Amino acid sequence: MRLFYHLGRYYLLISKVFAWPERSSMYYRQTMRELEYLGINSIGIVVIISLFVGAVLTIQMDYNIESPMLPRYLIGVGVRDSLLLEFSSTMVALILAGKVGSSIASELGTMRITEQIDALEIMGVNSASFLILPKIISTMFFFPLLTVLSLIVGMSGGYLVAVITDVSTPQEFVYGLQYVFYPYYFTYALKKMIVFAFIITTISAYHGYYAEGSSLEVGKSSTRAVVHSSVVLLMFNLILTKLILR
Amino acid sequence: MIEVRNISKSFGDHLVLDDISISFEKGKTNLIIGKSGSGKTVLLQSIVGLHEIDTGEILFDERDFTRMNFKQKKQVRKEFGMLFQGAALFDSFTVEENVRYPLDMFTDMTFDEKMERTNFCLQRVDMMNANKLFPAELSGGMRKRVGIARAITLNPRYLFCDEPNSGLDPQTAIRIDKLIREITGEFNITTIVNTHDMNSVMEIGDKVMFIYEGIKCWEGTKDDILNADNQYLNDFVFATNLAKTVKLIQNKKPETRS
Repeated sequence: MRLFYHLGRYYLLISKVFAWPERSSMYYRQTMRELEYLGINSIGIVVIISLFVGAVLTIQMDYNIESPMLPRYLIGVGVRDSLLLEFSSTMVALILAGKVGSSIASELGTMRITEQIDALEIMGVNSASFLILPKIISTMFFFPLLTVLSLIVGMSGGYLVAVITDVSTPQEFVYGLQYVFYPYYFTYALKKMIVFAFIITTISAYHGYYAEGSSLEVGKSSTRAVVHSSVVLLMFNLILTKLILR
Repeated sequence: MIEVRNISKSFGDHLVLDDISISFEKGKTNLIIGKSGSGKTVLLQSIVGLHEIDTGEILFDERDFTRMNFKQKKQVRKEFGMLFQGAALFDSFTVEENVRYPLDMFTDMTFDEKMERTNFCLQRVDMMNANKLFPAELSGGMRKRVGIARAITLNPRYLFCDEPNSGLDPQTAIRIDKLIREITGEFNITTIVNTHDMNSVMEIGDKVMFIYEGIKCWEGTKDDILNADNQYLNDFVFATNLAKTVKLIQNKKPETRS
């Protein structure tokens, strides 16, 4: 029963969020702020993690390709497909659920318990729309760009390790990256990330927006936001993979 | 004028407001007093529409707020100004942006006009030269003053103040009280102040309502309060040693004269 209560309240919140904006210029300004806060500020963590994961994938591929019958360019193929199909969308989304999700929930939770959301409501502002819609727009726009960045940086990390540790020649690695490339994999990764961005933002916003009590409760709602958005994200990863990847 | 007619509010089985009726007059500071947990904040939040009441009516200058739809309520709310207990300033905005926010959201004024109004409001609460500061850089009293400036930006018809003096030293509290009273008279607005500070009552209580466990127990002016014949009110008003001493001296005065 509790699940249905939360689902119903989540639906009501989302329908309030997608109401027509009172003043577009204010929403635009807010969206620009969120783009910087939620998007640009996440570049660093995505770059660092993608670089190391790309490097580790190269070493693992080399370890698994023991047979001299198998060509070395398969290392590049493996790194590319691992990044493209799973890491740069799903794993990056899980990382962002931790960073961005907790930030959204704690920001809105703090606004709730310090009566800032009540202040907006009393002024006659649709607080849900004003606070959450710009976050949704900015993450759905920027997270796919982070996927592209993660792909580029991950492949670069793999390339660097391949060259430095001599597991394959630069030509072999680059040939592997280009070998039997389906552009469809790329759009699949981007589509997934757009859905994940919506899931992370709305679930985290839901937990923050309805936080109540003390600052301790804000911390709890932030944790719940990360856990719930990660679980839902993994469920949707399975569903989307089954639906899109045919 | 704000009229509250027979309103009741429960949270689950717990009845918080029980059949309260009162009218709050225009151009006066109307105070709701009572001890913590008596239902003051719930009453104020119900009046502004943050809580749906179970029964009763709330009228803003004859307009029944309880029967309005979402859009109509939104229109009426644009006539509200509210000062919250913790000021509720937007943390990510500067002082200037906080005060200008209602103008940005609801008016078609040019930037210069908005700045002129913002600076006027900040000047009115004696907060000039603080435009570029963030709320985290302000003291409690300064935050309250900026909160008042934001509340009066759109020339509200109704001003609501929830515990405006909580957490402030006596001198700053008196300053805030005076500011609320001056603004009420200056703009001829209906002001409701929620407090348990007896200094505020004696300073600005044009009309006072005492609420005890969700029930309206007493109604009068600040001049009536010291001689009121209500046990609950007397227990509340004369709770401190200072107040008890004042009452003792007052009671002894006629004897000394005779």
